[in-house]
Formats: sequence, C-alpha cells, structure tokens
Amino acid sequence: MSLQPAPLLALDDLVVEFRGRRHNVAALNGVSYSVAAGETLAIVGESGCGKSVSAQAVMGILDIPPARIVAGQIRYRGTDILAWPERRRRTLRATKIAMIFQDALSSLNPVYTVGEQIAEMFRVHRGESHSAARRKAIEMMERVRIPDARRRVGDYPHQFSGGMRQRIMIAIALSLEPEVLIADEPTTALDVTVQAQIMALLHELKEESQLALILITHDLGVVAEVADRVAVMYAGQVVEDAPVRTLFSSPAHPYTQGLMASIPRLGQRGSRLPALRGAPPTLSAPPTGCPFHPRCAYGRPVCLDRLPPLRPVEEDHSSACHFAEEVMARD
Amino acid sequence: MSRYVLRRILQTIPVVLGTTFVIFAMVFALPGDPIRALAGDKFLAPSVIAQLHKEYHLDDSLPIQYAKYMSGLAHGDFGRDFNGDAVSALIRERWPVTVKLGLTAWVLETVFGILLGLLAGLRRGGVVDRGVLLLTTVVISVPALVLAFLAQFVLGVKLGIFPIAGVADGWPVSYLLPAVILAALDLAFIARLTRTNLIENRRADFVRTAIAKGLGPWRVVGKHTLRNSLIPVVTYLALSFGYLMSGTVIVEGIFNLPGLGNLVFQAIQRQEGPVVVGVSTLLVLVFILTNLVVDVLYGVLDPRIRYD
Amino acid sequence: MTEPVAVDQAMAAGQPAVLAEISEGNLRRDAWLLLRGKPEFLISATLILVLLFIAAFPGLVASLFGHGDPRVCDLASSGLGPRAGHPFGFDLQGCDLYANVIYGARPSISIGLLATSTSFVVSAVLGILAGYHGGFVDAAVSRLMDVFFGFPFILGGIIILTAFPHRTVWTIAFVLALFSWPTGTRLMRSSALALRDADYVLAARALGASSPRVMIRHVFPNAVAPLLVLSTLAVGGIIAAEASLTFLGVGLRLPAISWGLQLSVAQGYLRQYPHMLFFPALFLSLTVLAFILLGDALRDAFDPKLR
Repeated sequence: MSLQPAPLLALDDLVVEFRGRRHNVAALNGVSYSVAAGETLAIVGESGCGKSVSAQAVMGILDIPPARIVAGQIRYRGTDILAWPERRRRTLRATKIAMIFQDALSSLNPVYTVGEQIAEMFRVHRGESHSAARRKAIEMMERVRIPDARRRVGDYPHQFSGGMRQRIMIAIALSLEPEVLIADEPTTALDVTVQAQIMALLHELKEESQLALILITHDLGVVAEVADRVAVMYAGQVVEDAPVRTLFSSPAHPYTQGLMASIPRLGQRGSRLPALRGAPPTLSAPPTGCPFHPRCAYGRPVCLDRLPPLRPVEEDHSSACHFAEEVMARD
Repeated sequence: MSRYVLRRILQTIPVVLGTTFVIFAMVFALPGDPIRALAGDKFLAPSVIAQLHKEYHLDDSLPIQYAKYMSGLAHGDFGRDFNGDAVSALIRERWPVTVKLGLTAWVLETVFGILLGLLAGLRRGGVVDRGVLLLTTVVISVPALVLAFLAQFVLGVKLGIFPIAGVADGWPVSYLLPAVILAALDLAFIARLTRTNLIENRRADFVRTAIAKGLGPWRVVGKHTLRNSLIPVVTYLALSFGYLMSGTVIVEGIFNLPGLGNLVFQAIQRQEGPVVVGVSTLLVLVFILTNLVVDVLYGVLDPRIRYD
Repeated sequence: MTEPVAVDQAMAAGQPAVLAEISEGNLRRDAWLLLRGKPEFLISATLILVLLFIAAFPGLVASLFGHGDPRVCDLASSGLGPRAGHPFGFDLQGCDLYANVIYGARPSISIGLLATSTSFVVSAVLGILAGYHGGFVDAAVSRLMDVFFGFPFILGGIIILTAFPHRTVWTIAFVLALFSWPTGTRLMRSSALALRDADYVLAARALGASSPRVMIRHVFPNAVAPLLVLSTLAVGGIIAAEASLTFLGVGLRLPAISWGLQLSVAQGYLRQYPHMLFFPALFLSLTVLAFILLGDALRDAFDPKLR
C-alpha cells in the first residue's frame, strides 16, 4: 500500500466484539483496509465474515450493546474518528461518508415520501428551505436516473420497484456530495438485469465525482468488473489485500484461491466446479491459530498454533498465510 | 384516499347488518316468547305482554319482524320498556354523563399510556421499564370489577379523597375515580403497545438509515421512530373508545353514575330486558362506528395501507 | 443456546455465523428450557395446579377449616369477620365465607376452560380452513369474524344472556365462546396463510399428500404455538368476564355459588363488611393473574422477539 496516495478512509487493526450472555464473540479480529479518493475497494467474503460489521463500525450504526469496539482506529484523512465527539462524527457521516444498504425497502421510512427523505438531508444539514430542498430532491432523483422525478417525488417507498428504491437510497447517500460511499451488498436483493443497472449507475456516479467507493459483496463477477482493489475477509480478518488484477491472477491465500476456483468459467465444460470444503467457523468458538486451517489444503502443524499476520508478499499485495509464497507459486 | 374511505364505509354495512341480525336472531327469533324471556322472573300483565308484542311486531312473520326492527333502528327506535316508554327517550336523558366519563377516561389513557410506554421503551430494561411492566401486568390481571371495589374502598371509604358514588360533585371530582378505573386496562395495553413498537422500531432498518444520514438523536427518535411506533397506538386509541363505552356498564354501575352504562346496569337488576337490549345495541353500533374511524385513521397515518 | 436475545441482536447486526449452532428443530426444546428457568412460569403453573385441585375437590379443601359446608348457615353470624375455624369470616346469610369462596372456584374455572377450549377448536378448524383454502371458505369465515368483532366482549354477552332466562355454566361458556373465537381464528388464519406457501408444505403437496393431511400434519403443528399462547391468556380474560357478567346479573344466578355473585352481594356492604368483598376478589384476581402470567411466559418462550 506504499505507493498509493494518502488514504481517505482507513481501518487500522479494528477489533469489534459482540457481548453474549455467556461468552463474547469477536466479529472483527484486527481488520485493516483503506480506500483512496476515486478508488473502488471491494470487500469480499462469505456471510458472517465481518464485512458488514466493519462498515457499520465506520458509520457508527453498530448495535451498541451488544457490539463494542474494543481496539483499533478508523481514520478519516489521517485522524481517528473514534476519538471524535458524537456531534462531529454525525456531521462527518452526513457530509463526507455515506452508506447504502442491501434491502432498500426496509431501509427507507415507509411513512414519508421519498422526496421528504431526500430533502431531509438538505434541510437538516444545509438548513435549506422546504421548497429549495424539494427542488434539490428532484434534482437528485434525476441524477440517479429516476424517470419522471418531478411527479414521483411525492410517492412513498412502497410504490417503487426494488431497483428504483435502491436509486433513491443512492440519491439520499450522495445528496451532500460525500467523499466516501459504502455500499453494503447493494444489489443482492435485486434481479440480475437491475443489478447490472445499479452497478453501472454507481460506477458512473463514482467517475463523475472522484468518489471513493467501498463495495461490500460476495459476487466476484461484480468485483472483477468494477473494483480497483480487493480485500478478502475471512472469520473477522482481512486475509488478503491486493489490486484486483493481481488478486485474480495470483492469489496469495488458500481461501482466495478456493473462491477463484469456484467461479464458473465459459468454455470450461464437463468438470465439476471445485467448492471450498467445510463451513465457515463459528465466531463464538474460533479454531486455534489460523482460522482457515480446518479447510486448508496447505495446512501444517504451525497453522494450528500461530495466527498468521497480514504481511506484504510482493509490492502492493499482502496475505495472511504462513505459506503465501507457496500458494502463489502453486497457482 | 377517498376511494379507500368509501370502501371502508361500504365494508361496514355488512357488519352492521350482521351484528343487528345476530342480536335480532338471539333475542327475538329463538323459540319461546321473547318478551317473557326478557322479563326473566318478573310477572307481566297479559295486557302489557300484548302491547309489547305489538310494539316489537312479534305477531308478524320473522322476515317482516326483522325488516321492521331494522327500520326502527334506522329511525332511532331502540324499543320500549315494560312501562311503554321509548328506550330512545331514556338514552337521550343519559348519554351526556357517559360521554363525559368516556372522554375523561380516554384522555387519561392517551396521555399516561403513551407517556409510560415511551419512558419504558426508551430505556429498555431500566427501572422505569421494569416498573411499567410490573404495573401493567397487575392492572391487566386484576379484573376491572375488583379494581373498582379496591379504589372505592381505599380512596373513597378509607381515605375519603374521592366521592364513593354519584355525580353530586360534578365534573371532574365525581368523574375522576371512575374514569381512572375505566381507563386502567386500556391504559396498560397502550403503555405496552407503545413500548413494544418503540423497541421494535428502534432496531428497524430505516432508523439505521436515519442515523447513517447523520441526523441527531432527537430527530432520529422524534421523526423516524415515533411516528412509525405510534401508528398502531393511535389506531388502538380509537378502538379503545368503543371498549370504554362497553366498560361503562360495570363502572357506571359500581360508581352509580347516571349514564347509559348505568341504565343497562339497572335495567338488568330490574329485569327490564328490552332496555338492556336496546341500549346495548346502541353501544354496539357506536363501537362499530369507532372501528370504521380506526380503519380510516390507519389509512391516513400509514401510506402503505391506503394505497392497497 | 439460552440467550435468544443476544442471538437476535447479533443477527440484526449481520452476524449469521453465530446462529449456525441454533437450528429451528431445537425451538421446542429451547422453549422448555427457557420456561423451566423462569420464575413467572413456575409461580403461575403452581398456582394453576392448586386452583385446578380446588376446583376438582372443593369439599376436601373446604373442610381444612371448620365444617367446610358452604350451605350450612346461621343468620346470627351474618357478616362476622374472620375468626378461629372461619378464616374468611361469614357472609350476609351467616354462611362460612371460606367454604363459599373455595366452592366458587369450580364454576369460574370450568367456564374459563370450557369457553376457551371451545373457541380454541373453532379457531383452529376455521382458521386453518380459511387460511389454507382461501376462496369462498375464507370469504365466509372472514365476514363472520367481522360480524362478531363488531361486538365488544361484555356487551355481546349482556345482550345474548339477557335473552336466556335459564343460565348455567354451559350457556355462559357457550356465549363467551361465541364472542371469543374470532380473535384466535384471525391469528390461525394468518399463520395458515403464511404456511400455505412454505417450502415444506409445497414439498408435501408435491409428494401427493392430501389437503387434510397437509393441514393436520404440517400446517397445524407449525401454527399452533401462537394460538396456544393466546388461549392461555384468554382463560384469564374469560374468567374475569364471567365474574363481571354474573356481577351484573346476567351470569350465574342464586343459589349457585360463584365469585361474581359473592361480589355482587358484598358490593352493597362495602363499609360494614369489607372482608366479604376482599376474599372473593382476591381469589378471582389470583386466578386471572395466574393464567395471564402463564400466557406471558409461554409467549416469551415461543417468541423471544415479542418481549
């Protein structure tokens, strides 16, 4: 990560625990990743690996309790926002860092019109008048390509299709021109064709305004298309971090390798798709040493004892595997 | 919206027809002489029975009887008592007391029910929350009847803070205690409903969005949590007014307030069956009307409903 | 696995991995484990067992003190307070109040259980038929529910019971069931409606199971828990309603022995003989409380989210 410009947003060794009645569960176990202006960072991993939790920690929308940030930093332009007072963080998430969610229907308030929900950003944070805010809401709806925006501004969320609702979420998120947009599986709940439209829209909007985009997904196809960098997460840790081309051509972690191998390819007929063996670990009782060892083809005795740190394996490419070099050579 | 309201009104018509039919069938159409049944053990002179048979059209065939019964209701005719007086005249005399009592109870349960529910829900698991849960469990478990006696005995007889019965002291002194008892059950329900909805909505995705939008805590709770949480509460409040009307039978009976409930109460004691049925029918119709208001209100508050 | 709240919260925060160890099949066992540790459940269950025993063998319990016969009265003792051999004192006729209160448990509890079980069966059958079949059956049941929802509980009872001059435990239970079935039916209907399209129901139908079989084997067992909770809560409500109707004079009538009648008589002597009011009121309240607590505990066990 050395040649990159100073990152806009960086997570540094973030540890988040969920407090249970009997034991605590570490949802994030020292997570680090960063994103620069104009860059798209994809975070991939199986469900439950901590992708969303890391984003919620940034936005300050973790359920506290039971969640608790135990250690680490979240740095915006170099300063740790976890140390900021709540009021300042609030302004930050309104104006600099925004987020959209997987389920746009439940994420929009059912009893207010979409216009009101977009206009609220301008009214609360910019102190604009009712009518000015409404005008800007229409502008935002047009910007996210909602047809007939002027007429639809007074409609309620349930009157829109899934794709249109996600556009509204995007309109709310981008209304104050933030620098970072976190998209938490924004297309998972949508039809395939609509998925492509939303991804295209996000990409366009990003290009227009030098937005840093953090895209949380488990769709490697999308990653290959839009991401600049990829952070692969497993069991609450980033296990590999690399530019997208490097990751796809020479993965340096057995887990990434497994993910790559499970992507179906055109022209590859007749052979069974290899799937990752086993199931992801339960976070309440994680395996000792490297969390991936029970499913790993490269496992050695050391993997049971020592947690491999995320370390650079080549320029701008890190992996958390004791045998990363061997993994890269094998590919 | 107006289509929605119209549809609700149309849907209410079969309900009114159905309930009145049930009343008519159970009271007037079962085998045996309905007038003798309504009189209980009371002796009625044959002339009175004959007169009432005529009043209730009991010599006609059942369909004609029902038609005449319905047209009577439509014209505000709720039957006659054994003295031949119109029940509607008794109702006209009594309704102000009941409305005063009902409204007082309704305001009490609205203000205190919502307030307690909010206090409990905002600090879930805290002292207030535990207190409210305990208190509402007790109120829900102790029948209104017992609650009324308890209040009458402790606050009226022992401490002498409130009059035990009657309306001699006027509003609010004479009405306050009965109103509290009348409101108690629904107050407890409203507190619980408010609490549950508030807790549920605080974890809703759209509240998370509101926080992510950088809104302050007051706006997040006040604008994005409360309105959604209070929709079921407001509709229950409207429904509750109908329940209160039927609760007046017991409360006005025990506290001797001369309203409609008391009219029913005394008519039961005096075995004036026709009065019981007539006034109760009116109260049922009021209840159905409040149900209609609830539906319309729901449509006003929740856009998802009215665009169905 | 006894921390449903924490799990629930973890899930809300996007942590499904913790859930892996908690499968649906364990729900019933979890409910039982959860119940066993709850003081509300233990207290209410014990109380209900005691009350059922009293209702079944009132003579046995009544004879614990004094002569134990509710109908042996001496006007000379009219209204006397509690004393040796007569822990609750005497009523207006000079009968032993303790024996009377004990004998009063049977009609109240019988009516509560009778009315509730009747409306349970009606709700289960009509609700599943309406929800699973839809169409005409659903329309008919729904309209019928609308009509009975049009009556506030007590008022409906007053109107109909006024027309029945000869009232027994059976008539009163019938009338109360008549006005309480719609709530359960609506609940059951919505459960059945949701289950109609559940994968395992579709699978059973695809494998050729007949409609009655699907309803009995698949829909009923999966929809019954909420109805069970509602019915338990309803027993308390019905008992309170019966006492109120009897108090008003449209329920049981003398010479029956019932808490409602005892309260009705005592009301006129609030100043002179408060004990006549206190003991029947206490037993009535405890009975209602017991069923409501049990219902609450069951609800928490079956659906932790509701709390």
